[in-house]
Parts: sequence; structure tokens; C-alpha cells
Amino acid sequence: MAEFTLPKNSKIRKDGKVYKADKTATNVKVFKVYRYDPDSGENPRIDTYEVDLDKCGPMVLDAIIKIKNEIDSTLTFRRSCREGICGSCAMNIDGTNTLACTKAIEDIKGDVKIYPLPHQPVVKDLVPDLTNFYAQYASIEPWIKTKTPPPPDRERLQSPEDRDKLDGLYECILCACCSTACPSYWWNSERYLGPAILLQARRWLADSRDEATGERLDNLEDPYRLYRCHTIMNCTKTCPKGLNPAKAIAETRQDLVKRKV
Amino acid sequence: MTASNNPASGGYQTDSPRFDRPLSPHLQVYRWQITMLTSILHRATGIVLSVGALLLTCWLVAVAIGGEHYARVAAIITHPAGQAFLFLWSIAFFYHFANGIRHLLWDAGWGFEIKRMYASGYTVFAFVVAATAITWWLAWDKIGGGA
Repeated sequence: MAEFTLPKNSKIRKDGKVYKADKTATNVKVFKVYRYDPDSGENPRIDTYEVDLDKCGPMVLDAIIKIKNEIDSTLTFRRSCREGICGSCAMNIDGTNTLACTKAIEDIKGDVKIYPLPHQPVVKDLVPDLTNFYAQYASIEPWIKTKTPPPPDRERLQSPEDRDKLDGLYECILCACCSTACPSYWWNSERYLGPAILLQARRWLADSRDEATGERLDNLEDPYRLYRCHTIMNCTKTCPKGLNPAKAIAETRQDLVKRKV
Repeated sequence: MTASNNPASGGYQTDSPRFDRPLSPHLQVYRWQITMLTSILHRATGIVLSVGALLLTCWLVAVAIGGEHYARVAAIITHPAGQAFLFLWSIAFFYHFANGIRHLLWDAGWGFEIKRMYASGYTVFAFVVAATAITWWLAWDKIGGGA
């Protein structure tokens, strides 16, 4: 059953810390960042950081790296490639999920509010525990499965047309922005696979070289795993890579109907 | 006890996904946009429709019995509160109808691009306003108000 409010240990305290900018700064932007320290035993809070944009890179990730380097070294977050390909810095920025490294500060009106990916257990600050998400990814067996022996003298080949069918699917970086934007996933993440994993499932269904299509569809044909998608489309709206999980899910559903007739 | 000092996990961040970790905010912080708005409205209007179906049944039964029973139900429906509910019901009907077609189009594989998703959403809202206005204009101006 869906719980619309936060549990007691997750409610946000009102007494966050405020870090003022230098008095000489003229181009100040306010960042309000979710903080949770597992060692303190205290509830999460929102800390306020004033950042001088004249001395900061253009992206939200630049700002939080600057905060960690120069203002408050206890701020914890994941980041790696800083160019939108690793998916580590996925977080809720200005109300929607995206990658901090590809989100420009100037695109945000007013204060920049930053939270971890929604409805996930928080390890610390902006770091969510994605164990369940990765376990669900493993459950769709995301590797090529074949029954016929491979050709003796070369790889399994694919025509350019068949390869094109993977466009819009293979680009997914598993940042979890879409799944954690989905209200249906919020209420049923134990049993519903969520948009990211279903897009990945589609990637293997759509692969002409894969020979386990039937088994894959069997595994998805379940009132929860696939059919908890209610076409809300927060997933497609929020995907930082411009992919379309909602469409991938619809195509899988069409496959399930087609194989019955 | 937190996951990090749990002796069973050897002090290692483990497989226990939601020990006593806080849950990150969701509805509280997520920006309302047409995607989730049209979806939750579809559910809400569905509920209003089922309440309305109950009222419709009462009205039909009253028509069948006639006389005093019909007068009582007619009094409820023509009361301002009854009229307000009928108004809400008509909005719910037109919304659920139009957005239902939107869902059918999605099921048929059409309209998943963000642009089309927004266009179809705004079309639904425009349809609801127009259809409700025309219906009530007909009901009040042409037929002469009430049930």
C-alpha cells in the first residue's frame, strides 16, 4: 500500500545550517541541499550554501564540488565522469531527477534545491542505496542468451537494420533517474521492475541475436513486474539521456499481446 | 543499529537495503508536471464517476417507482449541492473519457514523444472545458435548468 508521507526517521528537521557567501561576492546563488549523517542518529536536514557563481563552473555538479572543496567537506555525493556518461551524479535537482553534471545552474530559477533520488533508502547525504535497483537489473539477465552454436569462424552478425532497433535502448546508463521519478515505482519497488530495468529488458528483447525472447517475455508477464506501469510518463520526461522508457514498456506489452494471437 | 555498525554485516555496507536508513523525499519534493498530474486526475475522476454511477442508479430506481420517491431524489438533484455534484460529475466524465482515449492511443503505441504527450494532455484539458461548458449551457439555457 502506498504511503504518501515520510516515515518518522525520514522527516526533515527545520534547523539546517547556513553557510553565507563572502561579502565581496556579487553573483550569489543559493543551494539548498539535503543532508543526512548516519553516525549522528539525527533526522535529515536541509543545509543552505551561498555560492559565488563568478568563481564556479556552469553545472550543478561544479557547484557541489566547489561546496565540498571550499565550504563544507562533509557533503557527500557520487560523481565520476562529469560528462553524462557514468550516471553516478543522478539526483533530484529543482524538483526533477537528472544528472548534476549536465544540468546547468543558469537553467534553474530561484534557489537550487538538491535531494537524493526520491523514495530510496539514504546511505548519506545525496547517496541513495540502489541495492534493490541493481538486483532488479540482474533479475532480467542482461546478457545475450543463445541456443544455436555460434558460427565457427566469426562473431554473431547483425544487419544494420537490426542494429538500428537497439538505438534509443543501448544508450541507457542506468542512472536510475527514471525509475525513482515513477510514482508507481515509489509505491511498488519491491515487485515492479520500474522504467529503467524495463527499458533494459527491451534492449535484449529487441536484439536480433538474442534467442531467449520467449523466456524473457514469460519472466515479464506478471501483474507487478511489467504491468504496474500506468503510463504516467515521468520517466520519459525526466531521462537525462533523452530516452523513452515509457515507449519501450508499451512495445513490450504489444509483444505480449502479439504472441497470443 | 545502523547498517554500518551491524555486527552481522561485519561493519560493511551490505545487502540489507533498508535497515533503519531514512527514505528520501518523493511526493514532497517532486515537481508537479503534466505527466503525473493527468495520471492522478484520471484516477480521481474515476472515483467521482463511480460515486456518480451510484447516484444515477438511485435516480433510475426512483424514476421506476415514481411519485413520492422520484420527488425526493429530484429534490436532491436540483438542490445547489446536488447541482454542484452533477457539475463535478460532468467534468469527471469528460476528463475520464478524453484521457481514456489518450491511454488507448498509448496502448496502440502512439504519442510517447514528450511533445505529443504535452499536446495530447492540453487537448484533453481544452476538451473538458469546452464539453462541460456546452453541456451546462444546453442544460440551463435550452432545457431550463435542473434535472
